[in-house]
Amino acid sequence: MSIGTRSTFLHLGLIALLFVLAFVLPSYHQGNLARIMVLATYAIGYNVLFGYTGLLSLGHAMFFGAGMYGLGLAMQYGGLGVIPAFAVALICAAALSAVVALLALRTIGVAFMIVTLMFAQAGYLTVLYFGAWTRGDEGFVIAQSARQIAGLDLTAPTTRYLAALLLFSAALLITARMMQVSFGSVLIGVRENEERTRMLGYDVFRHKLAAVIISGTISGAAGAGYAVLFGYVGATFTSVQYSIFPLLWVLLGGAGTTIGPLVGTLFMFYLIDYSSGLTNAYMLIAGVVLVLLTLFARAGLVGEIRKRWVAWLP
Amino acid sequence: MDFGPHLLLAVLEGAVGAAVLALTALGLSLVFGVMRVVNVAHGEFFMLGAVIAWFVATSIGGHPAVGFVAALALAPLIAGLVAVLVDRLILKPVKYDPEATIVGTIGVLYILQQTALMTYGPEARPVEPPFSHRIALPWFEWGENGFAMFYPWGLSTNSYKLFVIGAAIVILLAFWLIMTRSKAGLIMRATQLDRETALAFGIPVSRVYSIVFGLGAGLAALAAVLIVPIQQAHYLMGHDPLLLSFIVVIIGGLGSIRGTVLAAVLIGMSDGIISVFLSPTLSKIIATLLVALVLVFRPQGLFGKKPA
Amino acid sequence: MTPKLMTNRRSVLKGAAAGGLLAAAPLAARFASAQSSAPIKIGFQQHSTGIGAAYGRWYGRTTEAAVKMINDAGGINGRPVEIVAEDDGTDPKRGAEVLEKFANQSGCDVAFGTLFSHVVIGSAPAAGELKLPYFVVSEGHHVASGMLNRYTLQPGITDVKSQVQAMAPYVSENLGKKVTMIYPDFAFGHDHRDYFSAAIKEQGGEVLEMIAIPPTETSFTKYFPKIPRDTEVIYHVMVGPAVLTFVKELGEFFGPSRPEIFGFIDSLEAVDLASPGLEFLEGTYFWEGNPRYAQEDQTSHDKMFREAVGVDANGASVSDPKDVSTYAHMFGCWETLHVIKAGMEAAGYQGPEDRAKLIEAVEAMTDMPQSDAHPQGPKRFNGKTHQVFGVQYISKVEEGKLVKVHTTSIEDTLYPDEVDYTSMSF
Repeated sequence: MSIGTRSTFLHLGLIALLFVLAFVLPSYHQGNLARIMVLATYAIGYNVLFGYTGLLSLGHAMFFGAGMYGLGLAMQYGGLGVIPAFAVALICAAALSAVVALLALRTIGVAFMIVTLMFAQAGYLTVLYFGAWTRGDEGFVIAQSARQIAGLDLTAPTTRYLAALLLFSAALLITARMMQVSFGSVLIGVRENEERTRMLGYDVFRHKLAAVIISGTISGAAGAGYAVLFGYVGATFTSVQYSIFPLLWVLLGGAGTTIGPLVGTLFMFYLIDYSSGLTNAYMLIAGVVLVLLTLFARAGLVGEIRKRWVAWLP
Repeated sequence: MDFGPHLLLAVLEGAVGAAVLALTALGLSLVFGVMRVVNVAHGEFFMLGAVIAWFVATSIGGHPAVGFVAALALAPLIAGLVAVLVDRLILKPVKYDPEATIVGTIGVLYILQQTALMTYGPEARPVEPPFSHRIALPWFEWGENGFAMFYPWGLSTNSYKLFVIGAAIVILLAFWLIMTRSKAGLIMRATQLDRETALAFGIPVSRVYSIVFGLGAGLAALAAVLIVPIQQAHYLMGHDPLLLSFIVVIIGGLGSIRGTVLAAVLIGMSDGIISVFLSPTLSKIIATLLVALVLVFRPQGLFGKKPA
Repeated sequence: MTPKLMTNRRSVLKGAAAGGLLAAAPLAARFASAQSSAPIKIGFQQHSTGIGAAYGRWYGRTTEAAVKMINDAGGINGRPVEIVAEDDGTDPKRGAEVLEKFANQSGCDVAFGTLFSHVVIGSAPAAGELKLPYFVVSEGHHVASGMLNRYTLQPGITDVKSQVQAMAPYVSENLGKKVTMIYPDFAFGHDHRDYFSAAIKEQGGEVLEMIAIPPTETSFTKYFPKIPRDTEVIYHVMVGPAVLTFVKELGEFFGPSRPEIFGFIDSLEAVDLASPGLEFLEGTYFWEGNPRYAQEDQTSHDKMFREAVGVDANGASVSDPKDVSTYAHMFGCWETLHVIKAGMEAAGYQGPEDRAKLIEAVEAMTDMPQSDAHPQGPKRFNGKTHQVFGVQYISKVEEGKLVKVHTTSIEDTLYPDEVDYTSMSF
């Protein structure tokens, strides 16, 4: 079986598994997994830029927020339905990614990190500044009655789960396909050795620009998905910690792997869930896990599996 | 308040902030410059300094000055030791790989923060300054009789705040002297310039790294001890200093001490001065965007070397 | 055997292998509701970590004390009350996840206890979808504004709009008519800004200057020059870890000549008034949700409340006089739990199938006189807006202690309804 076929089986199999779980899981875990899939979409978006292109951004919360507020404000003040508002969200996230990319890509390495961090901070403060519409840090609720598509109630648990699965699958398959064509290979080339890639004649800047836009738009889709499925839009999601979360999830699961982001998000969610039963300082356990990861499993969970046993993992 | 006195007040306040920021950022810059790693837990060492200062000050009774001096000595030392431990246990085994260091130090961030929560608690607690006197400041104005001096309502500062500014200047000078005039400073600069050659010359680079990492944390803790009588010690207080130090180090230019100090002064002062003119949140937005744009158009910072 | 009062995942996990627990949880919940002496489970959404952690501790202690008193008196409908506490990290995302845990895994009957508004708003949609009664102790105007849903109620603590509005008459009559406001530049501060400026205008006063301070600001002196010279009253409501700095610097700025100063005790909750640097507060005024220091006219209910929670006449912990409580807010947990009890008893609550009946029973409540169940003062519940109204206290700092100088009436605090939740379906 060729690698391409194996990958397809892996991804479709995962989606099929998640689909079956919708009907099998007890309600608590079904609800958790719906949330995890939306957040994993965010992680997938982040992975495109960090895992594959090698650009460490500390400001992805602004893209997540752009999608979240794009959809939220469109529904709240524009009275748009879910699908049109989602389109607005994608456009907002893409536009923001393009602007940020054009400015931030003039820097590399640590400077890139700080610039993205600064733009995200400015974004967070802007959300607070326009508090009359955004309601700032408190945020606002999207009414349950508004969160439906063609009569399908998105707040019903199984429907919500399947909607989250749809979002996640789209992101997963787009990323998987992207890495199978030459565009993805060039991204990896940029990550491994930018100079050599440029020397080989590839337009590195255009590839990076595309990577930022794709990454930002997928993150924005996740933000919009969160707002519509869970009914809340707030500035908390544009704050710094929500830029660090996807980094954590991707590193934990395996940067540069397609299923790593899901694994990382899932792991962190349940790690916090279980350790909050043991101690109030459950982030302490998360911290220890991160340190252990750094020392013993640098490629992340899926990355280590790929390194040691299953070399064909996409 | 009239514009003149208001600006003077903003400048004084900004100077206090800039002083503390300069020390904190210096610690980060040192680590950056010599070891080429990002210490995301740097803000937590700052917090550690403040929390230890509180512990020391409350266990040593008597006059607050005694506790304060003790804290000045103990807090940087303890923070430095913790940092050396982090370097030995985490950074060295991963051979200072940039990404691994970021992840590892994020883990250390959570560990330090939560340990503080568990031992020190969630409250913000004050530490008494060793001395504190309100000093009303005069202002000058053209009157009928020429230059006249008067005391505008509200224009004042505090003796302790002036002390902080002075202490920071002294520490920065001492640091500069050590870096440029002493053997220890020479070794550190050599390691920063060219690690391989330094090794070839028999410099124990690995030990230098540990010491530098400890020194970086110690500087942050020292800055915190200075500021904690003005602010309070709180387990989440490391977040803002981390952000600001990052900005300062990058704007100032990697590896340039002079750049770090200048950037700290610039950023520390501008924050206070811009807010004189604009609404505070708006001025923070503008300041943040300015920082980003400086980096965009001059990625090496003010004093850094242009990348080859 | 004394029933366990407070459980959380800690104790549950210790007793069961994780895997077995996952499978057994829904089963256990069904089994429990079949028995009428099984405990009533109240999910306590607690701020144990994050920016709200200082409040979370005292909310926890008050909750424990209230539950003990309720259980000692026979529980609710003869069933003991069990608190299932979960940390929400003062984060809206985690808050919603915790509510799902309460409803779907721990088998809680209701959820309660949240303080910070953004967590309330972030969690409320989940409460509505899960059809889980969500009793918040938040002071936010969000419930009464109509933003939330029929499952979210605030029957144990008054909201900021009513508090602020009730202050205006006293301030304008006793302190001054020209006010400068200093507030944090986020939703909580904006609420104060908006409600107070409207209210003081009605009293014939005016707001000279509004000084908004960015969140996470740590030094404040540079903002004070904006205070106009002819200010008669400074109205301040800073919150957060930097509050002590704010008060110290305000005192330093004015030196010996200061205008009247009116603040909200939110700034100094859990902070000792005798802290160095706070001497400047002498002679200034504060809104107090519940007077921290035992007053001359202390009621037997307040005395009982202090004893039960373990707080002395100065509002500090009896075991550590330096551990000052969040006295102006924590009574909300006590009163809310008693409202839950009264509601469940009025509705004849048996289990989760009666949740709608419980809400209707609470919506039918109106006047709640001051009592052991409501030690802060008399209350009036508005079933349509799901918000309770009560008396507000104004105190003056005299010789380092807060002395009550004025009690508003409930009427002072009322405002027109903005929503009718009872017209919404369940």
